[in-house]
Amino acid sequence: MRLPIDPEVRERVERLELPWNDFGLDPYGVSKNYLGVYFTALRFFYRTYFSVESYGIDNVPKRGRVMLVGNHSGGFALDGIMVTGSMFFDMEPPRLVHAMAEKFLARLPFASGISSRLGHLTGLPAHAERLLADERMLMVFPEGSRGTAKLFRERYTLVQFGTGFMRLAMKMKTPIVPFAFLGGGEAVPTIANAVTLGKLLGLPYIPVTPWLVAFPLPAKLEVYYSEPMMFEGTGAEEDEVVARHVEAVKDRIARLIDIGRRRRKGEIVPLPTARRSQRSLEPEGRAR
Amino acid sequence: MRILVPGLAGRLGRMLAERLLQKGHDVIGIDRRPFRDAPSGVEMHELDIRKRAAEDVFRRVRPHAVIHMATVTHLLVESEDRYRINLGGTRAVFEHSAAYGVEHVVFVGRHTYYGAAADSPLFHVEDEPPVGISSFPQLADLVAADLYAGSALWRHPNIVTSVLRMVYTLGPTGHGTLAKFLRGARVPTILGYDPLFHFMHEQDFVDALVVAVDARPRGVFNVAGPRPVPLSVIISETGRTNVPLPGPLFSAALGRFGLPRLPRGALDHIRYPVTVDASAFVRATNYTYAFDEKATLRSYREAFPRPIAAA
Repeated sequence: MRLPIDPEVRERVERLELPWNDFGLDPYGVSKNYLGVYFTALRFFYRTYFSVESYGIDNVPKRGRVMLVGNHSGGFALDGIMVTGSMFFDMEPPRLVHAMAEKFLARLPFASGISSRLGHLTGLPAHAERLLADERMLMVFPEGSRGTAKLFRERYTLVQFGTGFMRLAMKMKTPIVPFAFLGGGEAVPTIANAVTLGKLLGLPYIPVTPWLVAFPLPAKLEVYYSEPMMFEGTGAEEDEVVARHVEAVKDRIARLIDIGRRRRKGEIVPLPTARRSQRSLEPEGRAR
Repeated sequence: MRILVPGLAGRLGRMLAERLLQKGHDVIGIDRRPFRDAPSGVEMHELDIRKRAAEDVFRRVRPHAVIHMATVTHLLVESEDRYRINLGGTRAVFEHSAAYGVEHVVFVGRHTYYGAAADSPLFHVEDEPPVGISSFPQLADLVAADLYAGSALWRHPNIVTSVLRMVYTLGPTGHGTLAKFLRGARVPTILGYDPLFHFMHEQDFVDALVVAVDARPRGVFNVAGPRPVPLSVIISETGRTNVPLPGPLFSAALGRFGLPRLPRGALDHIRYPVTVDASAFVRATNYTYAFDEKATLRSYREAFPRPIAAA
């Protein structure tokens, strides 16, 4: 069965700088075909339904290993999905984001196969290190599933950050690009999380919205990328050293969220961390 | 060099014999199975590696190197029998090698050592423990033989031991676990799962052993050819029909409707990938493969075109 692939998407998939073989597969099993279908479906949501805006995308390195580290916003992986869209539709050349899939996904039929064909391997340290050593782009949400479980009133807050991502970045000598994701809380306003129901379905929980199911509203979604941060070390440092670095990243993301909130209210706030502030005030990807 | 090969009469052993002769080695084989039409130059002993007579061969021949291929890997042999052959045979190989001055022993193991599980990483590295064994106890003897061979690294420091964990083979002989799984016109898969499979061409498999004999790398090494490919692609590229079945139905249908037979534990190997990082072997030996994934699949399809259904 072949699903239709949008010509623009096809052209951008071709421009992804990945080592494809004759079957259109990379060494991890990422598939051109799957990417084509996925981004074709995402295109409508990214461009039209949510009209996602990417700010400060010049801060994201065009090549080489990098970790995108951001906040969770919205009751499920909406934020992650839109960041994959942001890197694919708004970067020149487009880049493939590798998310680390939740471990429960690996057991589910279809989900495991599809997510790995799209580059989202099971969240194991060995996978993260291998992808970075291969100069890929990794996306990390240090809040974990605590972060997606945020309720509507908590939508602009950050919960506790894990420290694994920082040890990984230090060990693999990888720059961190902090980003803030805004609007997920409005798109999927979670009023409660059904934990028991989720367990029955093999999920950590199921977000409940005022209209029960977590189908997202067409809220305005925005991604703010900040300048890369580099942390020296081996990744085997004492907890307090690592925790300090983690706080620095968390602060950067909190500031970005704050800036984004004020801009959403209509205030004119420059982006302090942008390298080319003039350009990055304009949303990327709209220029074309 | 004089090279002794327990298990020489197998399909891959025969290919190995020819390559070793081409390279000017003396080839001595030990196998319970007969090696009919063995090329001249091969000295063949039809006996069990665990028997007294096998030791006599070691004593008389005094081989420089031993390539131990006499492990039973297919799952149709009863487990207990396999245990005895695989562990007893491996023990005999190392004891005789130590007693009769063998310089280098190559143990030909399998990459299924690592097992298949939902939470196991892609591209296993050599120092990982065999965590997948709990779900597939039928493989325990192969894992034990692999670890036992590895223990020769400290038990017999005078012997250079190379433990090789080889990925599946595919090629014109149609021999091997994956090749047999693909033999029919319809290949069953588990609905919703499409794992990466790591395989190499038979000729590359044999070449890797020859390279190992030359380079004598000490230690445990994964050996692979081209990058792994999803099972669905393997099935379509070999001209077969993919028959995805829901998990429970799958177990019931095995062995019927022209589908291959498989033990229960093997199901995880059709759900989850077992892939290896073979870069250490390449660094130690400069090994390069000749057949890429496409050429390997093509050579299997040409030798075993899709069977025509019986009318």
